[in-house]
Amino acid sequence: MDVILSGLGQGFAVALQPFNLLLVFVGCFLGTLIGALPGIGPINGIAILLPIAYSLNFPPESALILLAGIYYGAEYGGRISSILLNVPGDAGAVMTALDGSPMAKRGEAGRALSLSGIVSFVGGAFALVLMTLFAPLLAAFAVKFSPADYVALMVFAFTSLAALVGKSAVKTLLAALLGFMIASIGVDANTGVMRFTFGSPDLMAGIDFLVIVIGLFGIAELLHLVESHARGTLKTLKVDKTFTSWADLMAVKWVMLRSSLIGFIVGVLPGTGASVASAVSYGVEKRLAGESGKNFGHGDIRGLAAPETANNAAAGGAMVPMLTLGIPGSGTTAILLGALLLFNVTPGPLMFEQKPEIAWGLIASMYIGNVALLLINLPLVGFFARLLTVPQQYLTPMIALLAFIGVYSVVGNPFDLYVAIGLGVLGWILRKLDFSLAPVILGVVLGNVFEDNLRRALSMSGGDWSILLQSTNSWLLYGLTFLVLVLPLIIAYRKRKAQLISV
Amino acid sequence: MKSFWLAAGLAVACITLPSYSVAATPEKPECVAPAKPGGGFDLTCRILQTGFLEAKTLETPMQVTFLPGGIGAVAYNLFNTTRTDDPNAVVAFSSGSLLNVATGKYGEWTEKDVRWIATAGTDYGAVIVKADSPYKDLKSLMDALKADPTSVIIGAGGSVGSQDWMKAALLMKAVGADPKKMRYVPFDGGGESIAALLGGNIGVYTGDIAEMAAHLSAGTMRVLAVMHSERLPAPFDQVPTAKEQGYDVQWAIIRGYYMGKKTSDEAYNAWVDLFKKSYESDAFNKVVKDKGLFELKLSGKEMEDYVMQDVAKLRTLATEMGLIEAKK
Repeated sequence: MDVILSGLGQGFAVALQPFNLLLVFVGCFLGTLIGALPGIGPINGIAILLPIAYSLNFPPESALILLAGIYYGAEYGGRISSILLNVPGDAGAVMTALDGSPMAKRGEAGRALSLSGIVSFVGGAFALVLMTLFAPLLAAFAVKFSPADYVALMVFAFTSLAALVGKSAVKTLLAALLGFMIASIGVDANTGVMRFTFGSPDLMAGIDFLVIVIGLFGIAELLHLVESHARGTLKTLKVDKTFTSWADLMAVKWVMLRSSLIGFIVGVLPGTGASVASAVSYGVEKRLAGESGKNFGHGDIRGLAAPETANNAAAGGAMVPMLTLGIPGSGTTAILLGALLLFNVTPGPLMFEQKPEIAWGLIASMYIGNVALLLINLPLVGFFARLLTVPQQYLTPMIALLAFIGVYSVVGNPFDLYVAIGLGVLGWILRKLDFSLAPVILGVVLGNVFEDNLRRALSMSGGDWSILLQSTNSWLLYGLTFLVLVLPLIIAYRKRKAQLISV
Repeated sequence: MKSFWLAAGLAVACITLPSYSVAATPEKPECVAPAKPGGGFDLTCRILQTGFLEAKTLETPMQVTFLPGGIGAVAYNLFNTTRTDDPNAVVAFSSGSLLNVATGKYGEWTEKDVRWIATAGTDYGAVIVKADSPYKDLKSLMDALKADPTSVIIGAGGSVGSQDWMKAALLMKAVGADPKKMRYVPFDGGGESIAALLGGNIGVYTGDIAEMAAHLSAGTMRVLAVMHSERLPAPFDQVPTAKEQGYDVQWAIIRGYYMGKKTSDEAYNAWVDLFKKSYESDAFNKVVKDKGLFELKLSGKEMEDYVMQDVAKLRTLATEMGLIEAKK
């Protein structure tokens, strides 16, 4: 404990230097913008700024403080376009759109933005405290997590999401299956065999997740907007001055706690990140909400708070294996790791001894950064909410522009623009047929992790399925799965019984 | 702060300014990384970007662009269809790309369809175990593989048929075991593989030696052998080679650059000269070393010959291991 406190003290001494403090704010502000723009995610943002920071001869700790600010700032900013435009700003913000967007449509954009801003802060802060206290322990847990355990985690995720949205269970299943199929496009990770590529080299690496998100959500939303516009059913919203209230926060206090924990743990694991974290926490909250969970997907504040807390907690969690073991937990932390190496800093257990000013300086800057994000974001809520009062004939092309720039910036390959349009049309048709699009996206995210790890586990055991039931982690997760399945039934049963008695 | 925005502005200007000039010396030098930012190809291009600048061999700053897709296939196609005569652009490649050419993953295009310019440097395969592993040297591991090929779980960052798998398969081949019997677990990159090794989920990781630099001093992992014929310079000088332990298993991961087939000899030679000049510069060599590569200086004809031989060798290996069917 003394080590931690003195380390943190040293870290704050570094992070509070005026120049570094400035960089925290700059990083967080840029990060918010990068996150808010659909398609331009933290990976691109950091990759662009890394050489600049390097060539300006920033000291390593300052450069890292700036880049890390962009990283968690983007996770913060991703919610903005999810809520306002129903187009997720980055991969972790897909679930935020489910309840955030309906809130904005009924004139509560300000409330949604401010609430999600505050829960993001809570998730981020929670992850930071856990990281400061338990980082080495957590890292040891993360590497022990085997492919079989990932399979169990995915089973848990699927179960909590099975009851997700949509009027018909069959349609939800079909949609998830569609997501599975999309996920299987490209070179098979196990055997190197091409699947569904039809000989096209553009499809060899699969369809990038962001292209799928922007296509299915963004372009489909655009088509929907244009259609409503043509029909004249579209109304421009009034300026909404709503803001979240203490009552809102109290209503989601347990949601925040649970989602922070789920998000953080899923984030610490090297194979999963913010998108899985937000999906799992959303599913769990919906399940636990029982009867009152009917509103999820129609602008329930719990459905907004859960994924938004979780994805920010996951962003913090992903830093744990990187800092303590030198193992990147996500694409973005892989780039941060590259940045460390560029500055001749070797991440891992020795970093805290050899370069404490960098390790602790970075951690301390994240504390400051989290507060900075809250300070930057809350006053901007009114400004962003005002965006919705822009008449549709201007707003729609603007979204189209952002979506296409986003798709193109991912890969710089025009082929992806066609894929996005194709997926957009598919999404629009699915919406017409009363399908919910969220299960498709979840099929993509979870399907990939599920398949890769199931086959890894079976390669390890030489085809013996019992490997799936061999670790404590797996059993624990299957136990949780069972609870998530049964708890809502028990709660419902007891309520009914109580009603019967009171009658 | 002013300088920051200036730099940002310049960077944007570099990206947006179009270039139509066709000249002998690369006027608008561009390095295409056929992957997303942050990976090995990005690094290969950054070596040119900083290396040429520090060596002062190229005055114009080089632009790095990204062209991901199909593990390099999209770029390979593009430089065979639309940008075949672009004198300004070079594309980064690695031994993995050569393996893909050899196994036909780049479609109809073969190693003869682009012009190989030069190397940036090289890395070598490494056989890595956890510090408390029962395998203390390469021999004990190889004996175990020989006795029962399924007794060891080997993992790495690529699919079956990738170069990471190839390294493991070569180990199997060295003891006369069938590579197909191997219990091989593919992970998503080196980071996940190292995590799996540390967590005890796999027993052996067939990775690269340079990435171990960060981990050697931590003492959490042990490198049983480097897959090269000679010992490498410090800090790897303590790592024994496979050859000195009695197994001639070698695997180099070279990194280099190619350009379109229809570029003029003038343009091609300008690039080759640029490399030759840079190879002489200590500043350039330092950049190569700092980015975790070992020196390997091949350019022009030497480079072309090396690639032709290497692809032919890989094609034979891939056929032997049943990755491709024997043809011709």
